Amino acid sequence: MTSFATGMRRVGAGTLRAISRVGFAARFFIAVLLHTPAALRRIQLTAREIYFAGVLSLVVIMVSGLFVGMVLGLQGYDVLVKYGAGDSLGIFVGLSLVRELGPVVAGLLFASRAGSAITAEIGLMKTTEQLSAMEMMAVDPLARIVAPRFWGGVISMPLLAALFSAMGVFGAYIVGVRLIGVDDGTFWGNMQASIDFWPDVTNGIVKSIVFGMAVSLIAVFEGYDAHPTAEGVSAATTRTVVGGSLAILALDFVLTVFMFRGLGHT
Amino acid sequence: MAGATFGYDRRRPVLRGIDMLVPRGKVVAIMGGSGCGKTTILRLVGGQLRPQAGSVRVAGQSVPDLDSDGLFALRRRIGMLFQFGALFTDMSVYENVAFPIREHTDLAEPLIRDLVHMKLHAVGLRGAAQLYPNELSGGMARRVALARAIALDPMLVLYDEPFAGLDPISLGVVGQLIRRLNDALGITSVIVTHDVYESLKIVDYLYFVSEGRIIAQGTADEVRASADPFVRQFVDGAPDGPVAFHYPARPYAEEFERATP
Repeated sequence: MTSFATGMRRVGAGTLRAISRVGFAARFFIAVLLHTPAALRRIQLTAREIYFAGVLSLVVIMVSGLFVGMVLGLQGYDVLVKYGAGDSLGIFVGLSLVRELGPVVAGLLFASRAGSAITAEIGLMKTTEQLSAMEMMAVDPLARIVAPRFWGGVISMPLLAALFSAMGVFGAYIVGVRLIGVDDGTFWGNMQASIDFWPDVTNGIVKSIVFGMAVSLIAVFEGYDAHPTAEGVSAATTRTVVGGSLAILALDFVLTVFMFRGLGHT
Repeated sequence: MAGATFGYDRRRPVLRGIDMLVPRGKVVAIMGGSGCGKTTILRLVGGQLRPQAGSVRVAGQSVPDLDSDGLFALRRRIGMLFQFGALFTDMSVYENVAFPIREHTDLAEPLIRDLVHMKLHAVGLRGAAQLYPNELSGGMARRVALARAIALDPMLVLYDEPFAGLDPISLGVVGQLIRRLNDALGITSVIVTHDVYESLKIVDYLYFVSEGRIIAQGTADEVRASADPFVRQFVDGAPDGPVAFHYPARPYAEEFERATP
């Protein structure tokens, strides 16, 4: 009974901690939004973060997109050809990438590559008292450090997702058209005829923006809230990757449900 | 500072009714063992923490009562040197010193350049302007941080352990810089440190803090001549005295009795 009570107390304490942390993150998000005008007035700060979060992620995003597209081309053709629908490979690959795989996989890679780097950087700045030094110089770290990194991530993410999808389609084209022999015109023509900018592409864009906001917020929050020790920064970086990835997958489901209702499927 | 009381946890106050006066233009040291609340005093002065009781006034302004804008306006007149410099690692020495000038003024770049070089020259590191923090020794980093702390010609500079981890030469250099800059620029300086020998050479007045209270104070000469057991232990570096060598524990013999079956 005692151990049961102890267990319940732990669950209760953990739940309270989690709720309190969510509340703190929400207030932090509002504070970041309030500091956004000040940060955007000095656009070069955000441009620098777009370079670090976006440009430096290009290689991993493009290479991953290429391989994912090539695998989709192979697997997709293998299944479609059994039903005599090998010519639909372009539609299958295009829809998969634009609606789902582009935003989701690019988001997961973004959380691992850029999200972890943002958390580690802010966490180390806190550990080495750089954030305190900034505060004592009457410079608000939320405006100077956090908001530019947040918006750098939010702006980079849809662009990276678009590049991921484009590279994926190119990978599928190499495998499907060049290696397997699907007709060139059929591949592109079917894709063009069946994928609409509204709602297919826009849904993908909306998803990638939402994922970008979620991952960037988690990354800056975890860095800012990290315990100022080596262990604390390490744990915060891990939380960013795990939390960011789970947030992407959960949000993807929620968004997909709403988007399919919009498409009239349910 | 009058009757300032503060605790990160309300049940265990770090500071208990601190009364302290720092006259304009003087160099004042706050001394005490590690964890006695010295740095917390600096954080109260800088407004990073608010006292739970008592008052903290800087240049006639009550720091805890200032709103965010007021606090930032006050901080523009305060420089702070952090324990390990806290230089921005993604910026060069030049950019570090230019940082507060760029943030708070609209000066033209040639003027900023001249100001930065003047500040770096004052700490003897004009030639290191293009280096990055990871290329500096501990003493150099501390001097760059000092140049950054005085970049906006503050009225008050707070030093958090400026001597920690320095070799004897760097220690002397930093100590003399603090004194010279204080006198030359008409600054007021508050130094939190446990380096008693270096401090006695440069300060006008010392406060000794232990367990959150001021237990002794005086000029450098008064401290040297003091018979107070705590001051003597601190000045002489005695391992045991009012500050016990052993962390509180149950009797030693009892420890063995418990271990024996």
